[in-house]
Amino acid sequence: MKNLKYLLLRRATQIGLMFLYFAANAYGWHILEGTFGSSKLFGLIPLADPYTTLQALSAGFLLGADVLVGALLIVLFYMIVGGRAFCSWVCPINMVTDLANWLRRKLKLDKEEVNYRFLKRRTRYWIMVLGLIVSAIVGIAAFEAISPITIMQRGIIFGFGAGISIVIAIFLFDLFGVKNGWCGHLCPLGAAYSIIGQKSIIRVKHNHEACTNCMECKIVCPENQVLHMINKESISVTDGECTNCGRCIDVCNDDALGFSIRNLNKDS
Amino acid sequence: MKSSNNNRRKFMATTLQSVGLTALGGLLWSGYCDEAKASPLVLRPPGALPEEQFLDVCIKCGLCAEACVNRESNKNKDGTQREGTLKMAKGGDHKLIGTPYFIPTEVPCYMCDDIPCAVVCPSEALDIKSLLNEKKELDINKAKMGLAVVHKESCVAYWGLQCDACYRACPLLDEAITLDYQKNERTGKHAFLLPVVHSDVCTGCGLCEKACITEKPAIFVLPREYAMGRAGDHYVKGWDKKDQQRAGNRKLDEIETHDERSQQAPSDYLNREIEY
Ligand code: SF4
Ligand code: SF4
Ligand code: SF4
Ligand code: SF4
Ligand code: SF4
Repeated sequence: MKNLKYLLLRRATQIGLMFLYFAANAYGWHILEGTFGSSKLFGLIPLADPYTTLQALSAGFLLGADVLVGALLIVLFYMIVGGRAFCSWVCPINMVTDLANWLRRKLKLDKEEVNYRFLKRRTRYWIMVLGLIVSAIVGIAAFEAISPITIMQRGIIFGFGAGISIVIAIFLFDLFGVKNGWCGHLCPLGAAYSIIGQKSIIRVKHNHEACTNCMECKIVCPENQVLHMINKESISVTDGECTNCGRCIDVCNDDALGFSIRNLNKDS
Repeated sequence: MKSSNNNRRKFMATTLQSVGLTALGGLLWSGYCDEAKASPLVLRPPGALPEEQFLDVCIKCGLCAEACVNRESNKNKDGTQREGTLKMAKGGDHKLIGTPYFIPTEVPCYMCDDIPCAVVCPSEALDIKSLLNEKKELDINKAKMGLAVVHKESCVAYWGLQCDACYRACPLLDEAITLDYQKNERTGKHAFLLPVVHSDVCTGCGLCEKACITEKPAIFVLPREYAMGRAGDHYVKGWDKKDQQRAGNRKLDEIETHDERSQQAPSDYLNREIEY
């Protein structure tokens, strides 16, 4: 039987968190209130999205202390512990793009790898910077005005309206357009978390001795450029673009991949 | 040599194209954002910063809307939840996505004493300081969400019919709206009871708009920026010592008009038949 341990754990986390957010509005629960922009944990601890906070700050006005403290807490968590785990364990868009990706594989749309001239994986970092510049020019948080992530999240909490169309657009883009198009090439939030989480301690580790070179991991990985060590070296995946989703671990039948704590002396 | 030249040319071309595409993207993105924030006729929760600043500072978390719908007082007698006042703008609402607003004819603001929506705001886009009274206590009467405006021609009280629905609905009864008594000359034996809104007291809660009996409310709340004029510092109340001080703020060079006409003396028109 296929191993789905981390996939199921992730879906449970994603859906569970979304439900808590939803319940805060629908039933007045005080466990996790607000949206990613800014949340309250247990009605007490502020949390805020660092990239959104940065956009609002670059648009020129000072924000309340709760948001600043909240953004700091989130940065510390992903910087030290989670890496880019926001993308695979929290973000609801991940479910949409994973589905598109899965369908792509089922429909065999991926025979040839296309090399796009302007849509590189590093494009997202440019968009991230551009978002801050546009925020400064226009005077509002620019990515927040179009972010499919919070549009989807607010859709789940408060109702979708026409906002659903951007979520569908991303699904279609990832399915028929570019493989991992949104999360792997465009999303500035994913880019921000890649940078924040670069040095985090939770890492996937490869055991070169056990590897049979089946390449299942590379097929399933949404950021497979980070798996350059497969069947070459027994080291950790240290690239910040790894989302710590654990799909590679799930699909590996030879125990050649597993989560580990970064060996600070060796891998840094 | 030739291939390195080629490489360089290719590199330059790619760079140029990337810069160009980035600029194009930036322009489109800015254009969209600029468009998206231009939704003037929208009412914000109590304590909201001036619109321009609010649009940036509000982090679009929805905590205000959640606090509003889940407040204790928002329950029916049988304990079921009522709809909240604050909505979060979504795609298709033609307001900046994710920002809170309310529509008085749907659910007006009930002016809660403890202002749960503003208290919970983490970004201070809802500014508690603007909602404190002289004793430094929270005071919802300080809120300035908008200003109620009466359209006289459709308000049936101005026809001479008896209606004081808005006057009675107002939480600041006889302060924000007063009734002006006038003689009805048409019948000769009745009185007009005319609702008049006072902008220094009205909070813009919209309860009057919700209560108004006409098909489309004859009293309605507009953002204050749109509902109010400004006399300017060159008009002062000569009988009011305090108001007279405003005259000092005048910017004479901005007020005085300089155009072709002002170069000539008025007498020139009479004496030398100058045409303008
Ligand atoms: S890349 Fe962006 S959309 Fe994709 S999972 Fe990460 S934050 Fe969500
Ligand atoms: S390397 Fe593994 S954990 Fe990291 S993104 Fe790829 S599949 Fe997920
Ligand atoms: S003051 Fe108005 S907007 Fe705020 S919680 Fe009460 S009803 Fe809602
Ligand atoms: S609580 Fe404040 S920051 Fe959050 S949506 Fe409401 S106004 Fe905006
Ligand atoms: S909006 Fe209407 S009901 Fe509310 S304070 Fe003003 S006049 Fe009174």
